[in-house]
Amino acid sequence: MFDWRWDFTWEILPRLIVATGNTLLAAGLGYGIAVVLGLILALAQRTPSRALTLAVREAVEFIRSTPLVLQIFFVFYVGPQFGLRLSPWTAGMIAIGLHYAAYLSEVYRGGLESVPKGQWEAATSLNLSTARTYFRVIIPQALPPSLAGMGNYLVGIFKDTPMLSVIGVAELMHTANAIGSETYRFLEPYTLVGVIFLVISLPTAAGIRLFESWVRRKLGMK
Amino acid sequence: MTYFEFLAQYGDRILSGTLVTIGLTVLAAILAVVVALAAGLMRMAPNFAVRGVATVYIEIFRGTSLLVQLYWIFFVLPLFGITMEKFTAGFVAVGMNLGAYGAELVRGAILAVPKGQWEAGLALNMSPAKRMVRVILPQAVLIMLPGWGNLMIELLKGTALVALISVADLMFQVKQINGTTFMSAESFGTALIIYYVIARFMLTPSMRWLERFMRRKMGRA
Repeated sequence: MFDWRWDFTWEILPRLIVATGNTLLAAGLGYGIAVVLGLILALAQRTPSRALTLAVREAVEFIRSTPLVLQIFFVFYVGPQFGLRLSPWTAGMIAIGLHYAAYLSEVYRGGLESVPKGQWEAATSLNLSTARTYFRVIIPQALPPSLAGMGNYLVGIFKDTPMLSVIGVAELMHTANAIGSETYRFLEPYTLVGVIFLVISLPTAAGIRLFESWVRRKLGMK
Repeated sequence: MTYFEFLAQYGDRILSGTLVTIGLTVLAAILAVVVALAAGLMRMAPNFAVRGVATVYIEIFRGTSLLVQLYWIFFVLPLFGITMEKFTAGFVAVGMNLGAYGAELVRGAILAVPKGQWEAGLALNMSPAKRMVRVILPQAVLIMLPGWGNLMIELLKGTALVALISVADLMFQVKQINGTTFMSAESFGTALIIYYVIARFMLTPSMRWLERFMRRKMGRA
């Protein structure tokens, strides 16, 4: 079929599978950064300071409306100009983590706003501190409505990791490019990369939907 | 070199890159809307095979990365006898990718049109096609427009990837400028600002205007 060579496929598959490990690692690390940083960005928009709220809002908008691949280049190349050298992995994790933190902060914001005001008043009347109110009362209730969005962006960050190949992070796409330029065969490596992405992202997306409905049932939210 | 000297020297290249980016965005957006409508409607067809084709398209394009799709279209499709120029391959990849996301949006919006509208169309003895075009779709468009606003920004951002198959868009130009001057903050920073300005002050307002225009047209101002 179309000059597809199975012997070549079996030869490069182990290399691609090893690279898939790197892709998953990059997605996991980036997502970890995004989950924490996103919460900080969301909470920073809820302080009494209006200036801070506006500044963070605009920064989030900026990150969300500019291309990730450009942000990756920016983080990677601007450092050395000022004497700060970042490895591809570090620069990549900063860029992708920050990018998805901006997206996740919007998800959190929606979740936090969905918590009824009465919960705040109840916490105040119980004399809980702000931090305690957030961590024991508000965030647990804001989490379930945020789960769908969080899951979507987990799959999203996984699908965006190929962009890290542009600064030389040895993930799946980078490896496929390397194989392509060594052997001048692009059909098998690029097709396999597509198949590997499908094989991982489709079940993950389905699993996330199941998990979400399980959480909702568990919390009696229908 | 100060920033102003930088702009004076490289401004025209940045401008020509910006124009290419805008051109790509417009073409990819048209393709995405057409493909999304077709796939979204096919997804709801009674025929199993038609539905299957749309589902496979949507799942493949939503399940893999835009970059993978771009490389595949540019480097692998020629092996099947379909050769595209890099500019064409660029906007086709972006348009097909966002079209898959748009298809789900179209389907969701059509399903969200109240059931009474479908029944009214039936009661008036409209053919299914006429009912879809004259009654359901116009209302569905109102429902899906805010979603398209987000997709258009994703689409603009997606076009930056075509620089990697060396289409001379904004991303490509600043990458080249950075390669010769090593003024990374200036070159990449300028591009970031331009993308932001296009998204925030051109795309978003025009999508808002379109929403208002459609609402007025539907008598729901």
